[in-house]
Amino acid sequence: MHIPDGYLSPSTCAVLYVGAGLGWYGALRRIRRTLTTRMVPLISVFAAFSFVLMMFNLPLPGGTTGHALGVTIAVIVIGPAGSIMAISIAIAIQALFFGDGGITTLGANCVNMAIVGSLVAYVAYRMISSGAAITSRRRLIAAAAAGYLATNAAAFIAAVEFGIQPLLFRNAGGVPLYAPYSLGVAIPAMMIGHLAIAGVAEGAIATGLVAFLQGADPALLHSTSGLAPDSSAAYSSTSLRSLRKLWISVALLLLLTPLGVLTAGKAWGEWNASEYSAAAGRARIAASSQNQPAPSETPTGLQRLSSLWTAPIADYAPQIVKSPALGYLLSGMFGVGLVMSLCFAMQSLLLRRRGGPGQAA
Amino acid sequence: MSSDRTIGATLVGLARALGHALVSEQVARQPGLLQAFDPRVRVAGLLGLVLAVTLSHRISVVLALLCAAVLIALLSKVSLMTLTTRVWLVVLLFTGVIALPALFLTPGDAIFTTADGGLRITAQGATTALLLIARVEAAVTLTTLLVLCTPWMHVLKALRAFRIPQEVVMMLAMTHRYIFLLAETASQMFESRRSRTVGVLTGPEQRRMTARTAGVLLSKSVELSNDVFLAMQSRGFRGDVKILSEFRMRVWDYVGLTAFLVIAILAVWMGR
Repeated sequence: MHIPDGYLSPSTCAVLYVGAGLGWYGALRRIRRTLTTRMVPLISVFAAFSFVLMMFNLPLPGGTTGHALGVTIAVIVIGPAGSIMAISIAIAIQALFFGDGGITTLGANCVNMAIVGSLVAYVAYRMISSGAAITSRRRLIAAAAAGYLATNAAAFIAAVEFGIQPLLFRNAGGVPLYAPYSLGVAIPAMMIGHLAIAGVAEGAIATGLVAFLQGADPALLHSTSGLAPDSSAAYSSTSLRSLRKLWISVALLLLLTPLGVLTAGKAWGEWNASEYSAAAGRARIAASSQNQPAPSETPTGLQRLSSLWTAPIADYAPQIVKSPALGYLLSGMFGVGLVMSLCFAMQSLLLRRRGGPGQAA
Repeated sequence: MSSDRTIGATLVGLARALGHALVSEQVARQPGLLQAFDPRVRVAGLLGLVLAVTLSHRISVVLALLCAAVLIALLSKVSLMTLTTRVWLVVLLFTGVIALPALFLTPGDAIFTTADGGLRITAQGATTALLLIARVEAAVTLTTLLVLCTPWMHVLKALRAFRIPQEVVMMLAMTHRYIFLLAETASQMFESRRSRTVGVLTGPEQRRMTARTAGVLLSKSVELSNDVFLAMQSRGFRGDVKILSEFRMRVWDYVGLTAFLVIAILAVWMGR
């Protein structure tokens, strides 16, 4: 899953570096705030452990072997922020010192494995193991599912990164400049191996390690267990304080949403089926495609799929509102509200399922 | 796979990682073109060339950059055999397998069709496959040159010059230090387990054995991090990281940096 240099375009790499940078910034802030200097050697040694763990050959059912990423056990023992940093450090050393994985693609690899992998593993582990005692068998199932889901989520994101390359980056003759396969080829090709082998390896090694720690060193499983009342109280109070800045940022961004109506035309490739038949729409498509004329007829796939779903607030313009800027603002508020509702629903689900200290599964 | 082969494969992987690190340290100490430059010039210059490789849209330019990388390797006393076995063959194998179907799947003008007409290679497919292989070969060669010709500690100091946060540089340094310790510990654990194993372990037994070895290694790692923290604290560590930086740019370094940047900019301009 380590993407080498040359497979992704520089602009994709730059965007993913920005994404990775945000993830690193958030993780470092959280580590600095909640933790002490003890975290520096812990993350370093854990990164070294993950690096070595990636070299372990794990025999899998069917006679094949697989390698683990080590992200799941890192999340379970040192939490998502520590895991993001530890796995990123391991990936950076693989790229900078061992030449495994690219340097221009370091951001992409960290987004896929360290950030997406850690967050998916954390959510899956917490949701499935919620309320379970440290020695519960449910924690083994949670570790297996977290490992499997995290690996496949990371692989899926990598496949999407590969798959968008030929759509976005071709030369004048239509030759793909980077990874040559479209999403239809890249996703199945990438996912088959990860669904069948790599995900199983990560799940198996995470389960084995959690089982080992349940017997040998259960204290290491406490930090993400949700069973420590003191630490969770501290987490909540700190989170509420730190969320204030986030709310202010969201409010500012919301106020800026009407800027979207100032932009001319549509983003390239986001055309409706109706625009292919209207003269004005065809002119817009040609103008934004370096004067390449639009196809004479609406692509059949687009025609067929576009009728599958009709958005309730199409084009960010509620029908009851006449002013485009106000419509944009209201749509933004509605979207943010929807995302927040989903997050609150997930949070309340997690809190409801979380049991008290030592509560059995 | 038999238990002996599973353990053996893990041991080979661990030994190979340690071996690569030793080769890098040896090459980095030899006198050569890259070694004569300040590490910051090496990092900035070679990364500039990697960026130029990814930005170039023409095979000829990418191949020219690959030739430049080979020339730099020769002048830096990096053996072509090392590059062949460590980079070129590995990239050719993996990227070649990935690029091969593009010959047939990319739509375009046919340049070869099988007798029954079932398979056809298109000009666009051949170009995209060649471009991908050439690009990855050139980029990985340049990255490997950086890895081979720069001691790890110098890479870290160069990263500090590029404003990477101190904690991150410190974690990179510590991780690198403990990778070798943990790799050696894991290697010894697998070796001792192999010497005690009689007969053939079943698949589930092998998985349990691997997981337990990883578990013991994890416990040792956490214990080690506690020991390291106590050692740091007893020496007065309070979270502030100070790294000595004795790098000084000389005229030769500025010449080198300019040359790298000129080549990179020219390649980007010509490869548009």
